[in-house]
Amino acid sequence: MSPIAVTASQAIGHSAPADLDAPVRIGVRNLNFYYGDFRGLKDISLDFYDRQVTALIGPSGCGKSTLLRTFNRIYSLYPEQRAEGEILLDGQNVLAPNVDVNELRARVGMVFQKPTPFPMSIYDNVAFGIRLYEKLPKSQLDDRVEEALHKAALWDEVKDKLRQSGMGLSGGQQQRLCIARTIAQRPEVILLDEPTSALDPISTGKIEELIEQLRTEFTIVIVTHNMQQAARISQFTAFMYLGELVEFGPTNKMFMNPNKKQTQDYITGRFG
Amino acid sequence: MDTMPQHLPTQASAVRVRRSRQVADRALKVTCILFTVLGVIVLGWILVMLLIEGTRGLSPIIFTQTTPGPGTEGGGIANALVGSLILTVLGIAVATPIGVLAGTYLAEYGKGSKLANVIRFVNDVLLAAPSILIGLFVYTLMVQPMGSYSGWAGGVALAIIAIPVIVRTTEDMLSLVPGSLREAGVALGAPLSTVITSITWRAARAGMVTGVLLATARIAGETAPLLFTALNNNFWFKPSLMGGVSNLPVMIYQFALAPYQNWRELAWAGALIITLSILALSVVARLILKKDKAR
Repeated sequence: MSPIAVTASQAIGHSAPADLDAPVRIGVRNLNFYYGDFRGLKDISLDFYDRQVTALIGPSGCGKSTLLRTFNRIYSLYPEQRAEGEILLDGQNVLAPNVDVNELRARVGMVFQKPTPFPMSIYDNVAFGIRLYEKLPKSQLDDRVEEALHKAALWDEVKDKLRQSGMGLSGGQQQRLCIARTIAQRPEVILLDEPTSALDPISTGKIEELIEQLRTEFTIVIVTHNMQQAARISQFTAFMYLGELVEFGPTNKMFMNPNKKQTQDYITGRFG
Repeated sequence: MDTMPQHLPTQASAVRVRRSRQVADRALKVTCILFTVLGVIVLGWILVMLLIEGTRGLSPIIFTQTTPGPGTEGGGIANALVGSLILTVLGIAVATPIGVLAGTYLAEYGKGSKLANVIRFVNDVLLAAPSILIGLFVYTLMVQPMGSYSGWAGGVALAIIAIPVIVRTTEDMLSLVPGSLREAGVALGAPLSTVITSITWRAARAGMVTGVLLATARIAGETAPLLFTALNNNFWFKPSLMGGVSNLPVMIYQFALAPYQNWRELAWAGALIITLSILALSVVARLILKKDKAR
């Protein structure tokens, strides 16, 4: 799976077609986002479908990551950042002030650009999220950790060293560990913020295969700078530019026959 | 307009410039080495003197006997050793929770806030405060109202010296923990308190422990804050730690200037023991950091 130029039609062959009947999982309504006085997102309205991979693409600074970071309200760590509008997760507005953000974040998992293993054993890394919300007997916890590591395609590589530090793994393994940690909590939605941009092509390939498998269980939103990646792994694609949503649609349509010239120009590499 | 060579220096002047640069370069290098050697010589001199004079006074007896009175023969420094140990442990036990929690506030909760900036500034001032002032402060705060010198006052004075050191290292070490690690913890639905106690503290653990050890080394040799608080005497201290509590630094200060040969020898021995303990603490601190980096 080479990251070098593949034409869109070749690339699209990899991903399953969009399920146009899938129910809406996240509905974004008139979302505006501010970094202090700067308006980072402008009136975004957009639906994300159940058990589909939606890719957010666009040039740097267009607001892809900003949009992603509103879904679990992680931006609220920074007092100068705020969001206005509605983000409906299963019909409930997650931006409402009475929402318990910690509970929300347990339902909406997130994996970051750089692998972020915690300074503890591989086992404790994966168990961290589970322990926060569930008191399980040891045997059940073991099962959950194993299950998550299996799903993250990491079990075979770490099963003999679960007690060793997670920091000792390779970059690609660390990223899969972070994915295992996220899915161990059994979230409904998984947010991936450029999860492969710090990885080599082989690790990238593994993570992409993994995303394809996870799709059967989770609703996935992925921010990516890599157009081929978006084409390979997503069912829907949203193209953003300067804080606005330019176009959204099934990935194959977006890559083969976009409605807007701007989308076409970006996808074919004429700008961005 | 002529072509480029006009602007370039002639062969001879280029050589001259090059030579003068080489001379300046050598001169600076030699000066730097010279002053480094000078510093190392002074330090080495102190250590060698300390080793020679200190080992002369060193004998098993000094670890069992108390400090001798004026004009008495022999004697040891057992009371001062144990007293110092107690005062240092007391000081660090008071300072560690305060220092670590304040440092955590500065790095995690107060980051960028006005209050945090004020606290950081005051802490830096305290870091540079003359230790004799801290001794006097605790004298008026504790010794006067309690009507007696005490080990408690000594411990508090040492704690006040140690706190700013621990605050500073804790904040610095926590600031080195990448923000992405905090975000990853928060993204799993962990409240900030859990993220701090089980992720960021753990990530910064080695550096924070090192900070506490270095603060311990710092207060182990402090004299001025004890002059007005724990005082010193030639007896075993009371279990209540009320009244004077003998300790190495003040013992050294008093014995080194005494007209008795055995007192001066004990002062040297005490100085050697303090120095070696501080050296050991620093080495351990370095090892901890090194081991953490290798992980």
